[in-house]
Amino acid sequence: MAEPLLEVRDLKVSFRTEDGTVKAVDGVSLEVAEGETLGIVGESGSGKSVTMMSVMRLINDPNMRVEGEVFYRGHDLMKLTQEQIRAIRGPGIAMIFQDPMTSLNPVYKIGWQISEQIRAHEKISAKAAHARAVELLRAVGIPHAQERVDDYPHQFSGGMRQRVMIAMAVSCNPDLLIADEPTTALDVTIQAQILELIKKLRDDYGTSVVLITHDMGVVADIADRVAVMYAGRIVEQGSLRSVFYDAEHPYTWGLLGSIARLDRPRPPRLTAIKGTPPSLIHLPQGCAFGPRCPYRFDLCTEVPSLENRLGNGHLDACHLDPERKRDLRETAIHPELAGRGQPELTEESR
Amino acid sequence: MSGPEAAGAKLPTPAWDGEMLVRAEHVKKYFPIRKGILQREVARVHAVDDVSLEVRTGETLGLVGESGCGKSTLARCIARLYDLTSGSITFEGRDISRLSRRQLRPVRRELQMVFQDPYASLNPRKRVGTIISDPLRIHNYGDRTKIKNRVRELLELVGLSPEHVNRYPHEFSGGQRQRIGVARAIALHPKLIIADEPVSALDVSIRAQVINLLDDLQDELALTYVFIAHDLGVVRHISDRIAVMYLGKIVEVSPAEELYKHPVHPYTEALLSAVPLPDPDISAKRERIVLEGDVPSPVAPPPGCRFHPRCRYATEVCRLEEPPLVQHGSGSHLAACHHPLDLPEPSAAPRTAAASP
Amino acid sequence: MLTFIVRRLAWTVLVLFVISVITFFIFFKTPGVDPARALAGRNPNAQTLAEIRAQFGLNRPLPVQYLLMMKQLFVTRSLVSYSNQGLLVVPELAAAAPATLSLVFGAAVIWVVVAIVMGVAAALLRGTWLDPVLMILALIGISAPVFWVGTLANYITQGALHNSFLFRWVPPLGYTPFTQSPSQWFLGLLIPWITLSILYIGLYARVLRGSLLEVQNEDFVRTARAKGLRESRVVVRHTLRNSMITFVSLFGLDFGALVAGGALLTEVVFSIHGIGYLTWQAFQSLDLPTIMATVVFGAFFIVLANALVDVAYAWLDPRVRPT
Repeated sequence: MAEPLLEVRDLKVSFRTEDGTVKAVDGVSLEVAEGETLGIVGESGSGKSVTMMSVMRLINDPNMRVEGEVFYRGHDLMKLTQEQIRAIRGPGIAMIFQDPMTSLNPVYKIGWQISEQIRAHEKISAKAAHARAVELLRAVGIPHAQERVDDYPHQFSGGMRQRVMIAMAVSCNPDLLIADEPTTALDVTIQAQILELIKKLRDDYGTSVVLITHDMGVVADIADRVAVMYAGRIVEQGSLRSVFYDAEHPYTWGLLGSIARLDRPRPPRLTAIKGTPPSLIHLPQGCAFGPRCPYRFDLCTEVPSLENRLGNGHLDACHLDPERKRDLRETAIHPELAGRGQPELTEESR
Repeated sequence: MSGPEAAGAKLPTPAWDGEMLVRAEHVKKYFPIRKGILQREVARVHAVDDVSLEVRTGETLGLVGESGCGKSTLARCIARLYDLTSGSITFEGRDISRLSRRQLRPVRRELQMVFQDPYASLNPRKRVGTIISDPLRIHNYGDRTKIKNRVRELLELVGLSPEHVNRYPHEFSGGQRQRIGVARAIALHPKLIIADEPVSALDVSIRAQVINLLDDLQDELALTYVFIAHDLGVVRHISDRIAVMYLGKIVEVSPAEELYKHPVHPYTEALLSAVPLPDPDISAKRERIVLEGDVPSPVAPPPGCRFHPRCRYATEVCRLEEPPLVQHGSGSHLAACHHPLDLPEPSAAPRTAAASP
Repeated sequence: MLTFIVRRLAWTVLVLFVISVITFFIFFKTPGVDPARALAGRNPNAQTLAEIRAQFGLNRPLPVQYLLMMKQLFVTRSLVSYSNQGLLVVPELAAAAPATLSLVFGAAVIWVVVAIVMGVAAALLRGTWLDPVLMILALIGISAPVFWVGTLANYITQGALHNSFLFRWVPPLGYTPFTQSPSQWFLGLLIPWITLSILYIGLYARVLRGSLLEVQNEDFVRTARAKGLRESRVVVRHTLRNSMITFVSLFGLDFGALVAGGALLTEVVFSIHGIGYLTWQAFQSLDLPTIMATVVFGAFFIVLANALVDVAYAWLDPRVRPT
């Protein structure tokens, strides 16, 4: 089995604040193989963004504590010097962010910004870098690239700006592209365009991709493997089909059930997960999802470890018996199929 | 305070049959762009460009479209938060398009809005109890005790604890804040609530809670909704009828299920095709229609059919003539297209199997 | 661009008009003001006063006097001082301008350079002890009144330690024109420059630090780091560049205000006969023509500075440029 391109081992990231220590990432381990696309799904506070930003060491908070290892091509990124990490950003690992409106520097032309990245890593002239920038803009589908390369970010629409970001990110041919909610701020037709673009570039260049999102539809469209995060931990991880069709964690069931889907008939009610996500300062005892889980039982006061319980490469962090999960799964996600009406999932407020 | 503003008094509504709660007719809303020394109008943003729409009592009308389509502007026109450039809005049989702010006061009891951003739509300096009781006080709902009791009642109705009446907005989560916004909106027993992207800013697992709440309230309080969203799944779930907007115009109106099974307008087709489905196998097999280019600017909309530059079926006539909004199929399905997609005859029983277009 | 210039010119005229009118009428409403008496000199008798009034038009209605003064100020430039007989105001102003410009310009160079260094240092060293120390120094700079600092400086350099090797080079108080003696010009202005800049260093270092910290958290700075740029480049080309927009805007306004007469306290303390000094003198003797001239000059300069700041802002921030 080939070495994974990226391997995160037991990453822990916490922030000291006035109110206590925020455990943003609480022991996350994952791998990305060459040419693979990993989708990380979670809501706000799940730790998905902090995890990948920590991989690139982009968080500059003096109150932050990081533990764990992140292996990229055999090197532990956590132990590299500033200069070494800087050299990896761009040609090794590149990242695009959620809000294309604010992710580009408003006072510089976009051609200049793309050239800046290229020239930071390669010894080429300004003219050559500029020509490459135009090529890249063409490759990401920006019309009239030759003229638009001298425009400022505010002269582009949201979708176009995200394309510029992508052009910039792939300018140094990275091995791994991390996309943090790249389409969340965009209209749905533009979202489709951007996802197609990412898929095309991935297929053309064999780039690995880590795509962070809260949208299960986006994951289903682009990922090979999926990791579901909740309250700073991975609660489920496996191949795309196994996570969607054989989900092993009640949170994943809740996520799948709460989506208003276009490909199924309308349920009388959406399956809502009751309650709200926990405070990362005062995590609940045992399983972090426990307070909101309809299937909680006595074992759940112990933190469940992320394990391969069925021996098939699909990991989950839930104490429930695999047999019981099989029985519960369908009705948990689609209670209307059971014909029994709604399970006891009433909203509760704190 | 006497006169029509007094609590409980209703305005006389001339000959209203009770069926069409809101009727928008040829509504236009343009925003001027001014330049030059004298700030002359050099161009206009055609935010809403000749929209006619009806909202029936008791239904939920969904309004979908992407940025710049005008759905939010239309909503604000209906709620009379804007003055119309032209056209009319009729509410409960009464033309409210040109009423002054004072005259609109009693209308506001009946017509309320819930906004998108739960963090921006609540005054951070006011306690939650005050936020909810403000409309009650403004409209002379009753004495202090009556108002207090109503606030407690409302908090319970939306699933919040009445003990939290003295807390400030920042002490609540996004989903809870949105519930507070809803409580404020239903305080005066309105007839119509316009919800402008009420769940877009919320986490996925909280969205379902708020959607279910809105569903429940509709049944309990006999509300009519206009529900604006860009999430097509959510709109389909909650709506009875859906209107699709593009660049200031309505391009399709249809009963919810029919829109998804048999879209008539190519834009609707493309929109539906663009929505990613949470099902890997279906996703892999789908034929995705990916539209080219950006949504054009509402300042200079394309001639003829506004969608023609991006439409895969466009022909010469689409460039020249704007298609009228006409009926298709059984009758309650309207679309504005020169080359509408085929609509099969309505079948006797509604199909329940999962179908992808 | 043309639109911009025309609008600005129109505003300038309006502003100057309003200010000059207000100044004019305030002057005449001030108790104890009698220009005729001031002009007449010692113990004037009633007849002399009447003659003076007639000669200077002081018995005409106020609006007419106003127009007359404006004409003398702008057109004929023959405006004469009330307190200093025969002294032409406009040339006086022109002679005083180089002193003020020298003072303010030199102070500006110092304050910009030092403030940038301090502000960047404080922002980069945030979390260490240096940050609060620098900010406290800045606060002291802002709080210490310039006339106190100046007087203290004079006490040390002109008085107590004047003969020590440290301050022997300090020339006597006053301004030496550059054309007369560059070295004396420089040495004579050095202490006043430092004094005047202390306040502004404090202010601008704090403003810059705040601006830098805010910009540091912007998404595009994160993008710049993610691109693998060197940290120094991120700080200068991305963070600082965007923070300078506020800095430059404020700078333009402060510079304009200082030249317009805001350096008054410094000029008086150090006996530099600039515009501020002139204004101070004019107020002491209630000399309306000089007051009017300095006020109008000041207002004009401030309006000009505002306009230039707007242009600079558009140059710095492409989003603001008209499409």
